[in-house]
Amino acid sequence: MIEYWPLLGIALVVIGFALRFNPLLVVAVAAIATGLLGHMSFLKVLATLGHGFNENRYVTISYIVLPVIGILERYGLQQRARTVIAAMRGATTGRLLIVYLVFRQLVSAVGLKDVAGHAQAVRPLVAPMAVAAAEKQHGRLDPDTDERVKAMAAATDNVGVFFGEDIFFAIASILLIQGTLAGFGIVLTPFQLSVWAIPTAICAFLIHGARLLLLDRRLRRGAK
Amino acid sequence: MIDLHWLYILAGAIFASFALSSARDRTNPKRRGNAAFWIVLTASFWFGDFLGDIGNGVLVLVLVAIAGTHLLGRGSKGSTTVEEREDCSRRLGNRLFLPALIIPFTAFAGTLAFNYTPLKASGLIDPKSVTLVLLGVGVILALAVCYAWLRPPALAPIDEGGRLADSIGWALVLPQMLASLGAVFAAAGVGTTIGAIAGAIIPEGSVFLAVLLFALGMVAFTMIMGNAFAAFPVMAAAIGVPILIQQDGGSPAVIGAVGMLAGFCGTLMTPMAANFNIVPAALLELKDQYGVIRAQIPTAIPLLIANILILYFAGFR
Repeated sequence: MIEYWPLLGIALVVIGFALRFNPLLVVAVAAIATGLLGHMSFLKVLATLGHGFNENRYVTISYIVLPVIGILERYGLQQRARTVIAAMRGATTGRLLIVYLVFRQLVSAVGLKDVAGHAQAVRPLVAPMAVAAAEKQHGRLDPDTDERVKAMAAATDNVGVFFGEDIFFAIASILLIQGTLAGFGIVLTPFQLSVWAIPTAICAFLIHGARLLLLDRRLRRGAK
Repeated sequence: MIDLHWLYILAGAIFASFALSSARDRTNPKRRGNAAFWIVLTASFWFGDFLGDIGNGVLVLVLVAIAGTHLLGRGSKGSTTVEEREDCSRRLGNRLFLPALIIPFTAFAGTLAFNYTPLKASGLIDPKSVTLVLLGVGVILALAVCYAWLRPPALAPIDEGGRLADSIGWALVLPQMLASLGAVFAAAGVGTTIGAIAGAIIPEGSVFLAVLLFALGMVAFTMIMGNAFAAFPVMAAAIGVPILIQQDGGSPAVIGAVGMLAGFCGTLMTPMAANFNIVPAALLELKDQYGVIRAQIPTAIPLLIANILILYFAGFR
């Protein structure tokens, strides 16, 4: 007999996000509803939630870079990043982000995915550089184009990490696959698994790289 | 041994400084709410291990209450103006990049140095969290260099950091919240239910359809949970192992590795993966909080198709 009631929690999350309620509130309500429907007592739900929050504090660690980024921005870091790109001949948004994509994939593939990221690299450096390059191609950006270029900078960071990190064999996701399969009596080494991350990494580079070149073309076409 | 707990103390101190900066910001009408939010987060990082599970649960509810009742705001306290920044940038030149690069360089070179020298055996740093610990060291070094070189007002790093933190606001703890939601989902048996449903609709006799269902199941479940880690054990148990590997004779390495990567395509498309998709939108001050997701969907879908083809052609040779 399949127990369907706990799935209501998922529906609550989807509806809550779609209606743009405060996401923290949505998540808390969904957690409590799911737990109660799954025959947990309220205190048990509260304890599970608290335990999970405490165990996952490392997720929030990367924000310790904010004071450094903030102080450098105060002294013109974003402006400097733009100046460098503006002075660089042949720099375009697409080419710049392709270089960043390769860098992010390679660095993640050797196990250093925490080296760059949204707070320490994308906001102070990559996004302002991408915008400066776009202004060179296009002239002054309207707000929509400006948003699209910044969003692409963040997207490029994500694609780079996600489809680079699994090539490194000692990463959590590879160890999870190994552990899960071992539970079924299928024994593999992490290395056997991680080589199979390479074809997808290449596809990710080709697909996202092509989109970045298309972005360049659109920026050029819109130029005044 | 220096492990994550040292980093939690450092992070707690930084969140406490955000509380101080928020409380001092008279241009923010909701400054008390902001200060309270950062103080509660500081308590979690400093004292979380002593509060017990229920104590931490209450702490989570307090954070949710502050954010959910709209007690968080943003100030308009000026930093330097754009013109001043242009001036500084011209005066200081490309040397401005150096402090920013100290952090990644310390993490990068430090991790390599640690792993390939006798340092690893010395037990100085917990090998499981080397890069994160070195990230913390890099932050301290970079702050020291900024103070010595730029000579900012004493509280400037705190105010500037607090300004960025207030612009991210509640989104800063959303990833951690979603991880705890995942724990509740798991305890309530959500995974088992989804696995049972996926297993029940599996088509007979078509390897391709089974591959398709496995990959789409990974994507859908990843989008619900916000990460592929929760989805993989469930989909492996429902379809991957019994159908694809044991019944149809697929290669376990391909099914495992590429199945997980199919899930990553789902991560690109869901607000539940907040640290990758929602926080950057806040950091970059985008008007559309789903802007990053919109930018990723046209990469995620073709890449998912590529993964399905790799699963089918490389997995069943």
